[in-house]
Order: sequence, then structure tokens, then C-alpha cells
Amino acid sequence: MVLGGLLVYPVYQLGLISVFHYTQAQVSGGEPTTFEGFGNYREIFSDRQFWQVLLATVLFAAACVVSTLTVGCALAVLLTRVRALPRLALMLAALGAWATPAVTGSTVWLFLFDPDFGPVNRVLGLGDHSWTYGRLSAFLLVLLEVVWCSFPFVMVTVYAGIRAVPAEVLEAAALDGASQLRIWRSVLAPMLRPILVVVTIQSVIWDFKVFTQIYVMTNGGGIAGQNLTLNVYAYQQAFASSQYSRGSAIGVVMLLILLAVTLAYLRLLRRQGEEL
Amino acid sequence: MSGNVVHRLVRRPWRLAAEVSALLIAAVVAFPLYWMVLSAFRPAGEIESTEPRPWTLDPSLDSFRRVFGQQEFGRYFLNSLVVACSVVVVSALIAFLAATAVTRFRFRFRTTLLIMFLVAQMVPVEALTIPLFFLMRDFGQLNTLGALILPHIAFSLPFAIWMLRGFVKAVPEALEEAAYIDGASRSRFLWQILFPLVFPGLVATSVFSFISAWNDFLFAKSFIISDTSQSTLPMALLVFYKPDDPDWGGVMAASTVMTVPVLVFFVLVQRRLVSGLGGAVKD
Repeated sequence: MVLGGLLVYPVYQLGLISVFHYTQAQVSGGEPTTFEGFGNYREIFSDRQFWQVLLATVLFAAACVVSTLTVGCALAVLLTRVRALPRLALMLAALGAWATPAVTGSTVWLFLFDPDFGPVNRVLGLGDHSWTYGRLSAFLLVLLEVVWCSFPFVMVTVYAGIRAVPAEVLEAAALDGASQLRIWRSVLAPMLRPILVVVTIQSVIWDFKVFTQIYVMTNGGGIAGQNLTLNVYAYQQAFASSQYSRGSAIGVVMLLILLAVTLAYLRLLRRQGEEL
Repeated sequence: MSGNVVHRLVRRPWRLAAEVSALLIAAVVAFPLYWMVLSAFRPAGEIESTEPRPWTLDPSLDSFRRVFGQQEFGRYFLNSLVVACSVVVVSALIAFLAATAVTRFRFRFRTTLLIMFLVAQMVPVEALTIPLFFLMRDFGQLNTLGALILPHIAFSLPFAIWMLRGFVKAVPEALEEAAYIDGASRSRFLWQILFPLVFPGLVATSVFSFISAWNDFLFAKSFIISDTSQSTLPMALLVFYKPDDPDWGGVMAASTVMTVPVLVFFVLVQRRLVSGLGGAVKD
């Protein structure tokens, strides 16, 4: 309950700060805090940059989720097709990527794609092409890193799920002449649905909130904020520009979006007749 | 008979192709880590060369020496370790008790509580940094390790409880009744029967809380503002990384030092982790 308080109280405070005018002057006690109502929200909703960032966040998160799930599921199926040694190799490599801290992962990927000393540009013969300069290529670079460090969770979980499917079912499908893709679509995917739902929701939550990678790889949101996502934006508003209340308002908007996703998830669970 | 042979002939190249691609993918996935370690051991001149080679002929410890020579790197390492370990131990303990409570007892608001655990995972930590910052300031916890440990426990608990629930559920209730009939007390059942049974699940969840605490960048950046002796590894790493002129050797060496403990931890629990995740999703 105490720890529940540590979660609930900040959420309450977040809402509270978001309806006040709260900047550096109020923090140091120089000026009294004034109630603003929904002024902060009106401000961010009429801010062009906010909508741009929101769109970028949604698209980026969607791209991350889709790529992570595709790669994770494909590799999980691949894992069931190979003998012990390649399986161990792939498993260990994936665990390595999974275990890599976000900060180090970001710096290592930056180094790999470094215009001057990185091996990728050499191999691809790109000269000193800078990946972090363009908006899309910077997002792509972050996407690659995010997929790299988050597909192992999907892979290991789905693999564990496939192993739990009785072998006879798969054999029967193969004997009936079903192709691999067909087996996946008509047999495995339905049987793994609960797992896939969990994995998808977790990915949505995680990828919507990518912070460290964006912050480190694009150096705090990219050139002129071109690579900002919502939470980096909120963070920058609060801690870099001392607009604490505006940052909080953005946080509340994020919270509401994720809450909507959660509710959809719960509805889905309930429709499947699962008890909490 | 002949049909079987044809079948096998068709299958063999496919499996071979699958195995080759599995190995290739493993190599690609492992490459960034390999490159990190390699660059850490390279002499300075070789890193800055425009013709990077995937090997090095004279490994040197220069970069590591620079990293550990940096003021109090060992101290940051220790700080990170203290934070991560306290988070793991405390959150595992609380999660175990809480998961048992929500699966074994029916009480009012039970479903509400469960939904709250799920909702709590949705909360963007980054947004909460703002109120947490003021909270820590009011408690006088800014610039202390407590400012990192407490929020991490709070944020790792919902996921841990949510995952552990499946494991506690999997233990048949008949076992509990049998234990009571044999005269075991409630706490004895809890610690000597239930605890060992859900231990694999605890390991799986601990991995998550360890990683989130060890990797944390945001809290360390926001709450440890002036007292650098309380800083943690991710912050130390960024000392070497200046966007204009990064010291790549130093960054890679520090990254290696930071990644190795997590890797060791992962390899140690690898087997339990896979079975643990399988158990959690089966229910």
C-alpha cells in the first residue's frame, strides 16, 4: 500500500501540476503558484509542434511494434526448426542483445553507424553519410536499436509458447499438407493468441515510451527537435525549459493514450472469457 | 518406403538452410556486442582509422585504464550495484507476498487492485519524473541513492506481481490444504513450500527489475543533479560521449564494463528464465 502510494500520489501530483502555472519562479518560491485550469492543455493542443511530435510518436511506436513482433515471431519459428547448436547460438546472441543496457546499446549502435569510424558506412560504401542528420534516417537508426534490444523478449516468450503446443497437432497439420505459413496462420497463431496479445501489449507500452534511445542517439531529440517523441518532449519541456506544468500536461495526455490501450486490452481479455 | 526417402531429401536442404540462416542471424545480432568489446580493446590509433578491420592485432587496455582512471568510476559501479541489488531483493520479496495475496485470498477490491497493477505499468515513467522530482526534493532525498531505489521498486512491482501471479496460481490449492492438515502454519507453508515452488518465476521477474534498475538513465539524470559521488554508471558513460568529439574507445570500454554484469546475470539465470516465461504465459 505504501508503494501503491508511491505510484498513485505522483499520478495525482502530475495531474495537479498540469493545471497550475508552474515554472522555475514557482519552484524557488519567487512567485505564488496560480491556478490555470486547462490553460496548459489548451496551450499544448494549439501548439503545432505537439501534434507533430504526437504523430511521430504514434508512427514510430507502430513501426517498432510491428518490426519487433515480426522479427521475434519469425525467429521463434526458426528456433523450432533447427538443431540444438544453432538454436543455442541464436538464443545466446538474443540474450546478449536483451541484456544490453539501453544506454550502452544506444552508444554502440551510434558507433556502428558513425560517419567517420563506423564499420557500417565502410561496408555499404556510404562515405561519411551521417545517419543522425536526416529525420527519417535518425528514426530508422533508433528503430533498429529498439528492435535489436526488444525482439528477444518476443522471441523467447513465443518460442516457449510454441514448445507448449503438442507436437501431434503440428504433425497432423504437416501430414495434411499444410505449408509452413499455413501452419503458422491456421494452427499456431490461434493457439498462441493469449501469448501474442500479452507480447503485443507489452511491446506497445514499451515502444510508446522509448526514452533513453531517442535521448542518447539523437542527442535529446535530434536537430531542432526533429526526432522528439512525446515523453522526450515532456521531459525537455519540464527539465530543460523549466515548464514543469506543460511537461506534466503532456504526461497526462500520454497516460490517457496508454490507458485507452490498456482498456482495449482488458476488454479483449474479458471477451476471451479469461478471469483476472 | 521410397516416399519417406523423398520426403527426407526434400526436408534436409530446408533444415540446412534454416540452420545456416539461424547462425547468420545470430552473428548479426551478436555483432554490435562483439564490436563493442573489440573497440574497447583496440589501441587508440586503430579506432580512429578509416579502414576498420573486424579484428585487432595488438589488444591494449588503454581505454579501460582511461575509464577507471576517470574520477571514481569504481564508485559509480558500486552505486549502480547497490541500487540494482536492493531493488531486486526488496521487489522480489514484496511481489511474492502480494502475488500470493491476490491469487490466494478473495477480498474486496481484488479485481480493482489487479487492474491497477496493469494500469500502473502503462504510466509513462518519464512523465512521473516531474512530480517524483518534487517529492524527492520535499523528502530531502535528491542526490541520494534512495531517490533511485524507491521509485525503481515502485515501478518494477506491478510487472513483477502481474507475472508472479501465474506461478502462484499454478501451485494446486490441494497442496496448501494438505500442508495445513499436516500441521504446517501459514508462514511455514508460505516460505517452505510455496516459495521454492515459485522460485523460477521469481528469477524471471527479478531479471526484469534488475535490468530496469541497472539500466536506468532517466532517474539518475533527473534526481542526482549535483552530488556526482552518488552518480551511477549510465551517467559515467556519457562523460565519455560528447556529441561533437566522442572518445569512442572510452565509451566502448565503459559500455563493456556496464554490460558484462548483466550478461553474467543473464547467463546464470538463462535456463530458468526460459522456463519461467513459458510458465507465466501458459496460464
